This record gives sequence, C-alpha cells and structure tokens, in this order.
Amino acid sequence: MSEKITLRDVHKTFGTKQVLRGVNLSIEKGQSLVVIGGSGSGKSVMLKSILGLLTPEQGSILIDGKETVGLARDHRREIDHQMGMLFQNGALFDSLPVWRNVAFQGMQNDGLSEADARDQAVDSLALVGLGAELLDLYPASLSGGMQKRVGLARAIAAKPEIMFFDEPTTGLDPIMTDVINHLIRDCVSELGATTLTITHDMTSVRAIADKTALLYKGEIIWQGDADHLAASDDPYLLQFVNGLAEGPIEVEGQQISAPAGGQ
Amino acid sequence: MTLTAFATIGRFFLGFFAQTGRLSVFIGQTLKALIRPPFYFRMIGQQILRIGYFSLPVVALTSFFTGGALAIQIYYGGNQFNSETIVSSIVALGITRELGPVLGGLMVAGRVSAAIAAEIGTMRVTEQIDALTTLSTDPFKYLVAPRVIAATLCMPILALVADIIGVFGGFVVGTQSFGFNAAIYVQRTVTFLSFDDVSSGLIKAAVFGFIIATMGCYHGYHSKGGAQGVGRATTNAVVSASILILAANYLMTSLLFSA
Repeated sequence: MSEKITLRDVHKTFGTKQVLRGVNLSIEKGQSLVVIGGSGSGKSVMLKSILGLLTPEQGSILIDGKETVGLARDHRREIDHQMGMLFQNGALFDSLPVWRNVAFQGMQNDGLSEADARDQAVDSLALVGLGAELLDLYPASLSGGMQKRVGLARAIAAKPEIMFFDEPTTGLDPIMTDVINHLIRDCVSELGATTLTITHDMTSVRAIADKTALLYKGEIIWQGDADHLAASDDPYLLQFVNGLAEGPIEVEGQQISAPAGGQ
Repeated sequence: MTLTAFATIGRFFLGFFAQTGRLSVFIGQTLKALIRPPFYFRMIGQQILRIGYFSLPVVALTSFFTGGALAIQIYYGGNQFNSETIVSSIVALGITRELGPVLGGLMVAGRVSAAIAAEIGTMRVTEQIDALTTLSTDPFKYLVAPRVIAATLCMPILALVADIIGVFGGFVVGTQSFGFNAAIYVQRTVTFLSFDDVSSGLIKAAVFGFIIATMGCYHGYHSKGGAQGVGRATTNAVVSASILILAANYLMTSLLFSA
C-alpha cells in the first residue's frame, strides 16, 4: 500500500511553548489511524497542521507525496477538496439550516443548485442514520449527538478520500458513542477513505483503529497495529490504555511517579 | 527600576507594532478578497439588510433629535432677531457636513461592529471558521468581504437619511417652537446648502462604513478564549471603530475643506 499522508519531523511552537517536537507519522491509503494522547499532548495541533490551518515552523507534511507545508490556501484547493473533517463539537454553521450545512461544499464550490443540494443533504443524512425531517432545522435545536451526526454527514457529503475526526465521541453517552463509532467505521468502509482520528477514548480506538499511535509531549512515542495494543509492554502506552494515575506520563505538568524503566 | 521602565515602554511599542502589522495584513487580505472572485452575492444581500435596513430606525431617531437640539442651541446661542436665517443654514451645514455622518457612524459602530465581532468571534471560538476553511471556502471572501461591501455601500445611504431627517428635526423645532415660517425655512435651507456639503458627508460615511465592518471583522476574527474572548472582541471592536471614525473624520475634514 502507498502512503497517503506522511509527517516528517514536524515542529510547532506557540510563543515559548513547543507543542510539536518532531512528529514522524505515516498513514497508508485506506488505513484508519487513531492517534491517542492526553490533553495538551499536541493532537489537535498536529491535526490542524495537516489540514493547513496551522503552519509548522519545521518539518514536512506530504499528502499523496505532495508537500503541503507553506502551500498558499489558493494552491491547496485540490488537496482540501479531497478532505473531510468532523470537528470536536460539530462546528456546524449556526446561521444555516441543516441541509445548507451538509451541502455547503457542494453549493459553494461545486455549483450545486438548491434542489440538488437538498438531495445531497438527504443522501448524506441517510448515511448517518438521520431523516429528511431535520433538513430545515437549525443546529441550535439539535442535541449534541445529532450535531455530531450532522457534522459527520457534512464531512462525508463530498465523498472525500481522506477523513479527519477530532475527538468524535467526546461528551457523548455510551450508546451514542457506539453509534458514532459504527457510523465512522461504516462510512469509511463504504467510501474507502483514509482516516486519521484523534481521541483519548479507548472504546473508540478499539472500534475504529487499524493502527494506533501514542502522542506524548509533542512526539510519537509508540505506534503499531491496533491488535498489538493489549500485548504491548510499553510503560507509557500501558498507563494510558489502562487509565492509571501512576506511571511515566506527567499529569497536568506534574509527574505522579518517576518512570521505572520507561522510554 | 530604570530597566523595568524601559521594559514596559519596549513592551508597549512591540505590542503596538505587532497589532498594527496584524491589522495591516488583515486589511490587505480583505482588499484582496474584495476584488477577487468568488463573490457571495447572497451573503452581501443578507448583510445589506442587517447592516443597512435594520440600522435605519436608530440612525433616523439620532439625527432627528440631534437636528432639533442643534436648532435650539443656535437659536438661544445666536442672535434671536436674525435667527430664521442662521438656524436653518447652520442646522443644514452642521448636519450634512458633520453630525449626520459622524453620529450616524458612531451609532452604526455601536450596533453593527459589536454584532459583527460577536458573530465572527463566536464562529472563531467554536471552530466554525476552521470548518469553513476545510470546506474549501475562504473566510475572507465568505465572511469579511460581504460585511465590508455592505457597510461601505450602506453607510452613505444611512448618512443621506440622517441628513434629511436631521434637517427635518431642525425644521420641526424651528417652525413649532420658535414660530419660523415653514416656506422661508425650507427656502433658506435649499439656497444655503451646496452639493459639496452633502457629498463630503457621504464620502466620509463610506469610509466610516469600511472602518465599522473592518474593525468588527478584525476583532472577531482574532478573538480567542471562549465567551470572555468574544466579549473582549466586541468591546474592542466598538471602541476602536469609534475612535477611528473620529480620527478619520478629522483627517477627511481637513483634507476636504482646506482646499
């Protein structure tokens, strides 16, 4: 399989705070990679760097072998067009009804008529298990779970080749978490997309990951097949996967206990 | 002690230059978005309605009462025996050259700059602007340009409305409170007022419109830190738009009337 996304030695700093300290990562075409890591480990910054929302000071981000760091927005339209993104809180446009949200890209960039855009919205909503009765509602009148599903419908509407999921199940109840995980899995398998998910929810990792990477203090410190998670003896991974307060991972800038033979 | 003073002065100037640079880049990107397609005509229409049409009542009321108050001040402050000529002419001049565009601009700054900063600021902190970008849509073309176009087009129209209603306010006070002859009042106003008086006010208003929308968009676009950040952006938008309107008014008045 060929590499769809490659990150090489990516660094990103905000003021004096170094958030990414040389991230190296690659995702093969059609693969579902889940990056796990605690709050503040740099997951969102890494994702936004790949999406071109942030520009790394150093390093390289290749998509389909093409360098994207430093590429002007106008010159990455083609790359943007093959990407879909589900934001943590949906990031639906408050001022637009559901159908305009879902068919936004089609209407603004592909010249879809209103009738065709509504049809596209109905099809996309059906893929995430939502009915046409939601079309004219505004995001404010939807529950958190529904907003996530509408956000997912928007992300898949243009049938992207690459999909990003930012904490897709955060703040959802266990049943809705399972629903979203299944929807992600189904959408991905139907579309054949390459996906990158960032989360700290281990249930999601087990449900949607082909491959997993652990990001800690701005560096990938472990990566491997999702099946190997349970068998790994890496102390950082063990602490994170089992949700232990004690271990080599520092919590909120304060070390709970000194690493004993950790990396 | 001396070092601390130097550090404070240094920090102030660094902050000032950083802010000026960021604003210049923002204005440059806005101007680029104004001339390069795609143009979102639906958004422009929506903003004309919000910025122009819905500001009409506040601008009309402000100018009516200002015209009336101006007439009273001139009547009692000036020569009451020759007041019929003085009141009509000074009300017309004061309203069209200064008070119509400036007070209208300040009222619209309070209403529109705040609304724009709050809306775009909320979009920023809820990642809606990031979502726009990932959906291959330039936020400057989709959010900023329509607001700037609408405000720049609408403000001269609002200023013209303010001129008419402000002069009318002076007319009402003059004829009802001071017993001026209505026909003479109107005739003096029309005779005294020149095209340049009105057009200079409209040019100023267009510049004020650009300032109002740009400040609202700029502070909203760079807001951060949740609800508190949006609140701060809203306040900063209104304060900076108001100050810039007054400063720009002074500059334009000296340019337009010094020749």
